[in-house]
Amino acid sequence: MEKSEIKGFIAKRVAKELKDGDVVNLGIGLPTMVPAYLPEGVHVVLQSENGIIGTGAKPTADDAEPSYKTDAGGAPAQAAKFGCYIDSATSFGFIRGGHVNATILGGLEVDQEGSLSNWIIPGKKMPGMGGAMDLLVGAKTVIVAMEHTAKGKPKILKKCTLPYTAVHCITKIITEMCVMEVTENGLVMTEINPEFTVDDVKAATEADFTVAEDLKDMTA
Amino acid sequence: MAKIISVEEAVAMIPDGATIMFGGFLGCGSAHHIIEALANSGKKDFTIIGNDCGMATGPNGEEFYGMAKLVHNHQVKHVIATHVGMTPDVATQSMVDKTLTVDLIPQGSLAEMIRAAGAGLGGVLTPTGVGTIVEDSPFCLGKQTIDGKDYLLMKPVHADVAVVNAHMIDKFGNMWYKGTTRNFNTVMATAADLVIAEADNLVEIGDIAPENVVTSGAFVNYIVDGGKL
Repeated sequence: MEKSEIKGFIAKRVAKELKDGDVVNLGIGLPTMVPAYLPEGVHVVLQSENGIIGTGAKPTADDAEPSYKTDAGGAPAQAAKFGCYIDSATSFGFIRGGHVNATILGGLEVDQEGSLSNWIIPGKKMPGMGGAMDLLVGAKTVIVAMEHTAKGKPKILKKCTLPYTAVHCITKIITEMCVMEVTENGLVMTEINPEFTVDDVKAATEADFTVAEDLKDMTA
Repeated sequence: MAKIISVEEAVAMIPDGATIMFGGFLGCGSAHHIIEALANSGKKDFTIIGNDCGMATGPNGEEFYGMAKLVHNHQVKHVIATHVGMTPDVATQSMVDKTLTVDLIPQGSLAEMIRAAGAGLGGVLTPTGVGTIVEDSPFCLGKQTIDGKDYLLMKPVHADVAVVNAHMIDKFGNMWYKGTTRNFNTVMATAADLVIAEADNLVEIGDIAPENVVTSGAFVNYIVDGGKL
């Protein structure tokens, strides 16, 4: 697979996880590509943690009011006609309270215990966790959408080495190679990209995982 | 009833070393005129509390948008925030110059910790941050297990001064917010000894219907007619 195709490929597969009417919070980067791949008839309610339930279409340059209406990255945004604006305490009550069906976000590292590290590389930069820790703890389904490796090195580890964003929080990991579910018995690969073999995935993964008996084609 | 004052009078009420909460999310919904005047005042040693520290560059090309001005001017000695990545000065001053310290707190926890301070609660029990370095935060008082689930006990967050902003404020101090500008303004208006609210539009009592008031003027001590952004 061409490098340029990877993100779109992952976003397309992630889109199949969403059901009509789901309330969804999207992380920055790859996750924002997911709505473009939603099957016909599937509409989701997007939430922006800075204060929108029911985020609408991105405003045109003429309609944008970035002093008043933004998304969680500070870019111009607006509520849909059915949406509403809320304050931060209400927004995170909504998130922690289990009213978000799915959050989709990227990861620096994930591990076989279902834990995720994606907010800081100590000593390098000082970003901050923002709303990520709350989203991972509160959303009913946590989907990590990321490239399987970084510069050839596995990102799916036995144990994360970077500070955790949250522990035991991941539902599913979707990469360009496969789909893995986090279960009580550890990671289970349930789908594979037919461009790769099980051994390819094993070579690119540090974590222990089992292969589902009915391993499916993730492109089907 | 809140008293209407000038931006200069507002700045005069904020001493060196004050702990100040600023509403806003990456500058959206921040009291830009008061912050600008504070940045020009030369006052220093502030502890600032906010979702973030604004942005190095604002959405319309503004240089040092929102709280970023105060950090850039070295007027801040301590930051309590959820995310400071859009203001590289924070990393430079804390990691290289060592002139600034930072406490990072999850966004939902910080909102609720401020709400708790304003609502007379002794803390917040939240599942957010369990198993992470948040457990080592000076704001975390320990872990509790309730019905088999782990929670962190987080302290309330109160300030000397809250500097908040709304699109429309009437002369009683009642506030109505536009778009996503509510963010931390609503909780901060309840959680400081002194609450100064900047109006983009100062309107007459009655212009905001009681049903549409989001923050009661009863929380607000002083109003600054900031004017249009």
